[in-house]
Amino acid sequence: MDFELSEEQRMVREMVREFAQKEIAPRAAEVDRTEEFPAENIRKMAELGLMGLPYPEEYGGGGGDYLSYAIAVEEIAYACGSTALIYAAHVSLGCGPIYYFGTEAQKRKWLPHLCSGQGLAAFGLTEPEAGSDAGATRTTAVRDGDFYILNGSKMWITSGAIADVVTCTAKTDPAAGTRGISCFLVEKGTPGFIPGKNEPKMGLKGSVTSALSFENCRVPAENLLGQEGEGYKQMLITLDGGRISIGAMAVGLAQAALDEAKRYAQQRVQFGRPIAEFQAIQWMLADMATEIEAARLMVYRAAAMKDAGLRFTKEAAMAKLFASEVAERAAFKAIQIHGGYGYSREYPVERIYRDQRLCSIGEGTSEIQRLVIARHLLDRR
Amino acid sequence: MNSIVCLKEVPDTETRIEIRGGKIVEEGIQYVVNPYDEFALEEALKWQEKFGGKVTILCLGPERARESILKGLAMGADEVYHLADPAFLGGDAYTTARALAAAIQKLGDYDIIFCGKQAVDEDNAAVGVMLAEMLDLPHVSVVSRFEIAADGKSARAERDIEGGREVVETPLPAVVTAQKGLNEPRYPSFRGIRQARSKPFTQWTVADLGLDAGGVGAAGAKLQVMEVLPPPDRPPGRVIPGEPAEAVKELVRLLREEAKVI
Repeated sequence: MDFELSEEQRMVREMVREFAQKEIAPRAAEVDRTEEFPAENIRKMAELGLMGLPYPEEYGGGGGDYLSYAIAVEEIAYACGSTALIYAAHVSLGCGPIYYFGTEAQKRKWLPHLCSGQGLAAFGLTEPEAGSDAGATRTTAVRDGDFYILNGSKMWITSGAIADVVTCTAKTDPAAGTRGISCFLVEKGTPGFIPGKNEPKMGLKGSVTSALSFENCRVPAENLLGQEGEGYKQMLITLDGGRISIGAMAVGLAQAALDEAKRYAQQRVQFGRPIAEFQAIQWMLADMATEIEAARLMVYRAAAMKDAGLRFTKEAAMAKLFASEVAERAAFKAIQIHGGYGYSREYPVERIYRDQRLCSIGEGTSEIQRLVIARHLLDRR
Repeated sequence: MNSIVCLKEVPDTETRIEIRGGKIVEEGIQYVVNPYDEFALEEALKWQEKFGGKVTILCLGPERARESILKGLAMGADEVYHLADPAFLGGDAYTTARALAAAIQKLGDYDIIFCGKQAVDEDNAAVGVMLAEMLDLPHVSVVSRFEIAADGKSARAERDIEGGREVVETPLPAVVTAQKGLNEPRYPSFRGIRQARSKPFTQWTVADLGLDAGGVGAAGAKLQVMEVLPPPDRPPGRVIPGEPAEAVKELVRLLREEAKVI
């Protein structure tokens, strides 16, 4: 069993860490405070070839492996949660379905544009009435000659209003249940595609979260992703990969919480000594470090399994579940160690606490992850 | 415009240095490219973009320096010559300059040599200028602004000096040592990282350079490190009690008489 990263993976870590610490971290508090989309971060990441990192060079990607991508997400999250979410949603949810299920023409049309970072991509799955119950999609797509006509609405779509293309699920055969769901590539500016305003959120405030609606939106039939009726399956497979990146994001945020807590505990003096000398604080730090180590190994292993072409649905769900709950505990303890200062906006742990909260909700709640894991345990699916 | 960039791997300045038995404990040290050498490499890459030609990295250091060298290739350098022969190691600025000079003579085809102004480990700031002397080239050291003439035959450099700036012109080829502020080194791109490992990577031994093993590395060093000592612990801060007006007077007296800084 080999726990060493490859030379290339180590170089990716070093490069992204250096870049993220120098260019992204110094502005993370401002991004949170102003709720401004960090366009400059994304532009610089595009220059470094990160926006299409795990996709083949022939489609304008970096030709890297998924583990390198997970490491990149982790290092960016360590610097700024908002930027990490924008990045992860673009690469795994935005580009992913086009690369996995698109026709050659769709891949050639979209991936070079998206992988170069000239435009962002988004994934339109969740609806007001279809969250964890993703099969309950109410958006419909009715064939009309060379077009499909979409009607309905989407919720909580990361980068939805600013993406150049959104892969959206819609029912093409309402009688067929989840087998009647199809995915469509909806381009920005398509008449009848109405992006909503940015939803105010608890954290990850630099990331744009949109409601989208479709009012007799005519989408060219050639924008159907793969075949009719495959949308639900396509979505589940896309989420498998996406969960690894949410796990990586959680690990990066948890590590940031630990490092902030460590630094503070060594400086803060109470009862005549730095609080890091008290066992109560040491135990919290030790638990945080231990859990983060385990979460990181689970995320890396799920990514390595994906790279090896193995089935990784269960491992991705486990990694995402564990890492996001580790991030919650680590951020909680980091604030506890900071005491009153941790509750103030003066220290980054307050932001980290709000930012990490998404990780146990987005791309499947912790409860859905447990459901996925239990299904794999109890039958052969 | 063919450039040679001398690159050294050094301990990360944030690494905790531990000293045991008069020697630095190497275990657990994180190594990085010497920051001044990154300025040197960036400058070479910048002028390559304008004039074409190639950028060659020359590194004297142990096998483990490979990862730092790869970073240089990922930033955009074209090829590497690595002097990793153990016989090269453990020397001083003189033996290092001697080995690098021999390697540069063997490489031959160059228009300019860029070095960092110093390595942040031993801080000799000597190799670059020694190199120029050994190769019988002009040099400009501690350069914070640099421009190559349109014909590529000469260059204009600015260096920070006490209370001002000195502007120097030099014919090329020359040795230039880079100061902070010369440029902003680029980050390697992901594509650069992927390409780095397939770029030409040559290791040269003492014999390859036609040198005598007795004249390089530890065997040839003129300087011998007798002992390494950690700096003394910083004394704790002092609180001057009393009314502000009185305390300030006392502070000024202490700064003048004890600390002797004013």
